[in-house]
Amino acid sequence: MAPVATPFFFYMLSGIMLIGGILVITRKNPVHSALALIVTLLAQASIYLMLYAPFVAGVQIILYAGGIMVLFLFVIMLVSIDRSMKERQFNSQWAVGIIAATALGGLFIAVFTKGKDIFPEHALPVVENDNTQQLATMLYGQYMFAFEIASLLLLVAIIGAVVMAKKRI
Amino acid sequence: MLAYIKSYLSSSQTPGAAGNMFWVLVYILIIFGGLSIAVMLMTWLERKILAHMQVRLGPMRVGPHGLLQPIADSLKLLLKEDIIPSEADGFIFWIAPFIVVLAAFTVFVVIPFGPTHAITDMNIGILFMLGVSSLSVLGIVMAGWASNSHYPLIGALRSSAQMVSYEVAMGLAVVSAVLMTSLNAEGTGTLSMIGIVQAQQAQGEWFIFKFFPLGLIAFFIFAVAMIAETNRAPFDLAEAESELTAGFHTEYSGFRWSLFFLSEYTAMIAVSSIAVTLWLGGWLRPFPNWLNGATWDKAFSLFPGIAFLFLAAMCFFNAARMPKHPLFRVQTIGLAIFGILMGLIGLFLFIPAVSSRVQDIFWFAAKVAGFMYLYIWYRGTFPRYRFDQLMQMGWKVLLPIGLGVLILTAGVALVQQNLWHP
Repeated sequence: MAPVATPFFFYMLSGIMLIGGILVITRKNPVHSALALIVTLLAQASIYLMLYAPFVAGVQIILYAGGIMVLFLFVIMLVSIDRSMKERQFNSQWAVGIIAATALGGLFIAVFTKGKDIFPEHALPVVENDNTQQLATMLYGQYMFAFEIASLLLLVAIIGAVVMAKKRI
Repeated sequence: MLAYIKSYLSSSQTPGAAGNMFWVLVYILIIFGGLSIAVMLMTWLERKILAHMQVRLGPMRVGPHGLLQPIADSLKLLLKEDIIPSEADGFIFWIAPFIVVLAAFTVFVVIPFGPTHAITDMNIGILFMLGVSSLSVLGIVMAGWASNSHYPLIGALRSSAQMVSYEVAMGLAVVSAVLMTSLNAEGTGTLSMIGIVQAQQAQGEWFIFKFFPLGLIAFFIFAVAMIAETNRAPFDLAEAESELTAGFHTEYSGFRWSLFFLSEYTAMIAVSSIAVTLWLGGWLRPFPNWLNGATWDKAFSLFPGIAFLFLAAMCFFNAARMPKHPLFRVQTIGLAIFGILMGLIGLFLFIPAVSSRVQDIFWFAAKVAGFMYLYIWYRGTFPRYRFDQLMQMGWKVLLPIGLGVLILTAGVALVQQNLWHP
């Protein structure tokens, strides 16, 4: 079977991601921004698929595109769009933004030019068919402690949210 | 070219796994056509069955017993004016129905109608299905918001809250079924749809009966959550016609509205297929252990043909019962022709070469059809939930039960694995 992970798809998906990302920060209407963000996240999920990581792609779609973004939209839809469109944007943070962007860009360029020394020449061939199973054995074997810590953090966050939302428990 | 087409026929894989684009296209077209016909049938059946439950006749005018009603309906919808409200957000209003339809149809890429009858088999099959079907709520939210009107917005808000809450309970139920697939010698489970059915075959037990009553409870949670996911009665708050006119699609008309309608029924078929695959043994025939052996296999392979012959017999019976008035002559002849068609299909399905290939699809479709009937039955029986009752049900009843079932399933499975393979 011919590989799907051709450069054409990579450039197409990256292009979609870039356009989506730019739209997120340039649209004035917050609902349009959120929808552009969804497009970006879906393109990112496709790139995970190209990297032979189907499980991560599936989780990305379920959690981000299907769960979190729906909650975002839920909140944004309740905001009066007309008023927020007329208002002048007040959190201008050009300086910080430019510094962060240059730092990240510099990092990318450094990795691109010197990457051959840092990373091995060829990526290991990944068997797609048991990717999920391998991920599970890693997560529940080698990285059990980190996984449990992360779950505990989330549990604390859930309890905290309930405590803050409820007046009387 | 011909060799390329023929090369797939000897393989025992899905066309996607064999990488044969021609057969992939054929399968996509068959599934698309089959789904469209199924949706048309469902609209007719729903009106008929609801009517009979309420001691009415239902559609009777267009064709014999209203059989041509779906065609008349779809013609009407296609010819209606396509209205876009002037205050609406044009682009989002325009694209929302397509997103809903795409999400509803894309899911069918991984649904296994038989061991080789799926477009493709994915390593993450069930995750893919849940993920893509959860995207349809985005389309609903977009439609409700872009309409720039109060009722659609409230409908969209209700829909998104409902879907996000019931997805949690649904996910827990699915995980407990996926956990059962790992009860083999290697101890590794699978998320692939075909793999899940094959695990049930290997364990000789449908997952609904596994660890009784744990499998049954998980199935029940899924069966409730899937009705909420598809916005059907008694959880159809997003389009509650007595409160919100038509909910999120109030401002839609004509073709766009029919796309919402189409995707709702397609999504119903899709979630029913998930339930059938996970708990009811997918394409496996009933009683594989009790009635086994070559004779019984042969007997069960006759079922598709018998089902169509039964439909034909029903048609002839009703044609004979038609009033003997000249005005009804066309309808009587039409019904008889329909019966002859059904009978011919039934006879065609008796050919051994055909029946052995079709029976997987038949059992799968029959199980899904059972769920479709249940959907209609619920709609005719249960009154609509209030929104707070709906949320309470999702978060305080289904979610804790789902968690409990998951933990118990894991515990029982652990004990069984360690006792049987020490």
